[in-house]
Amino acid sequence: MLAFLIRRLLNAAGVMLTVAFLAFMIFRFVGDPVELMLNEQATQAQRDELRVRLGLDRSFPLQYLSFVTNAARGEFGISYRNQQDVIVLIAERLPATLELVLVATVLSLAIGIPLGVYTAIARNSWGAQLLQFGSVLGVSLPSFAVGILLILVFSVTLGWLPAFGRGEVVQIGWWSTGLLTPSGRMALVLPGITLSLFQITLVMRLVRAEMLETLRTDFIRFARARGLRARSVSFRHALRNCLMPVITVTGLQIGNLIAFALVTETVFQWPGMGLLFVQAVTFVDIPVMAAYLMLVSFVFVALNTLVDLAYAVVDPRLRQDSVKHG
Amino acid sequence: MAEGAIRRWLGSDMGLSFRASPVAVASLAVLVLVALSALLAPLIAPQNPYDLKQVFIDKAEIPPIWMRDGEWPFLLGTDPQGRDVLSSILYGTRMSLLIGVAAVAVSMTIGVSIGLAAGFLGGWVDNLLMRIADTVLSIPTLLVAILVSAVARALLPPGLREPFAAVILVASISLTGWVQYARTVRASTMVERRKEYAQAARIIGVSSARIMRRHILPNTLTPVLVAATLNLGLAILAEATLSFLGVGMPITQPSLGALIRIGNQYLFSGVWWLVVFPAVQLGLIVLSVNLLGDWLRDALNPKLN
Repeated sequence: MLAFLIRRLLNAAGVMLTVAFLAFMIFRFVGDPVELMLNEQATQAQRDELRVRLGLDRSFPLQYLSFVTNAARGEFGISYRNQQDVIVLIAERLPATLELVLVATVLSLAIGIPLGVYTAIARNSWGAQLLQFGSVLGVSLPSFAVGILLILVFSVTLGWLPAFGRGEVVQIGWWSTGLLTPSGRMALVLPGITLSLFQITLVMRLVRAEMLETLRTDFIRFARARGLRARSVSFRHALRNCLMPVITVTGLQIGNLIAFALVTETVFQWPGMGLLFVQAVTFVDIPVMAAYLMLVSFVFVALNTLVDLAYAVVDPRLRQDSVKHG
Repeated sequence: MAEGAIRRWLGSDMGLSFRASPVAVASLAVLVLVALSALLAPLIAPQNPYDLKQVFIDKAEIPPIWMRDGEWPFLLGTDPQGRDVLSSILYGTRMSLLIGVAAVAVSMTIGVSIGLAAGFLGGWVDNLLMRIADTVLSIPTLLVAILVSAVARALLPPGLREPFAAVILVASISLTGWVQYARTVRASTMVERRKEYAQAARIIGVSSARIMRRHILPNTLTPVLVAATLNLGLAILAEATLSFLGVGMPITQPSLGALIRIGNQYLFSGVWWLVVFPAVQLGLIVLSVNLLGDWLRDALNPKLN
């Protein structure tokens, strides 16, 4: 078990070092950081001074090393565009993105699970067939187009919901939340739906597949034979056996949702870190791009590693396997 | 001859399953129609929206033909520069399909070669290639595509950015797209190379490269075909998303995603047809590709037959 743990953590560290190398290469070789940070009138002495201060006069491996240690401490330098500390910029935007991801996750579970159960129980009914088709539609429509169409209907035409921004936010310590004000909650509706659409179809298909398998097992037949009500059999007995993979996939998908939030945030001008990243890309603001890449990859790798470790704790076969190969 | 081949295919097992599935027939029909109309865009489009001699600014913001101020021949209306929306969509579809097909072709070629090499050679080659694949998968693909696209544009001199926009897009999508092919081909190669026909070829002195290409490759292609179809939908979506975010096709040669990006700027001025029609076309294409891919997967799956 310990060997597996160490191997898995080393693996994760290796991936993060590779990502850091990519981020470093972008930082170092796309444009000259010195030229980008100083204005035109800077003297040669000023340039040299900045070059030394940024450590750009040192050897390549040393520069990479200091990039990695700085990144581990959350220091990604100064944004070229706003002249602000990158990590401060990101920390300001983090709550907006995480709140959006949270709402999307809750929506996907609250809508996806019941739909999945229904399509499994009444699999040949007209409604279930329609939902199955709808789930292919949900995967096929690009999320930005869905967002724009939602704005067109609910903001421009009907005027029910705001089309952009977070509404009023309440500051709790360094965290800003839109969940506590009516306008903040209204502002979350359309972006939340847009971001969760793909996730809803994913949860629905997963629950359906798991339910179809569980409904064939003996204990469900026995529960039916005992004369339990259909609703109780499906929800209390069958569904509970399907929730494990749903929880896993939902956990794993959080990384993807954070990454995909950048599209939703662009559509709704949502002031999260995805929008910050897209703006940074337009202005070739390398420190912000590098920091965002590192942060999202870290969440991704951390979630994957945690899920793998959790599986190894639950399932002894995985540990056996790792000993044989390692 | 082509007709004979089609007739023969329709009589085969797969053809029968195709004819029995109205969804598959309808999807293929939609795709053929969309692809033909896009390829023939210069011939059938009412105007060339990028030829300034054919665009008139006094025909700007005309609504679709069935609305009160609609005007012939602008079936789906015009944009604020007086370009016909239907023509823009036909030209844009051509761009989207072209990039999607090219991205699938490139990632398939790379992925199949890497998968064959890893599965056939094994050892450290296999280890190295699969470790690279794992690393690629541990970063969100959308993020990789945006970064590659952004960096490539930053490195190119401004004059070359527009002509190479499509090439950059294909490269940035393929950079993560190959992994799936590599994994499926590697898995089936490892099974195939132990089989008797591959061993026999080796004993009579056929070279490794030839065994890989002529003997093993054809036996690994079924799952590749399914993956390619489903990935075509994903590639078209990825291209549209990148173009929408502003790191894809420029407005001088827009794809469907770029058209939606342009239309999005006029969202609040009531010119809804600029966004809705390209979005519908994009959804229609990806939906047909996905439905066709789903059917193909079921039809080629021996467990279901």
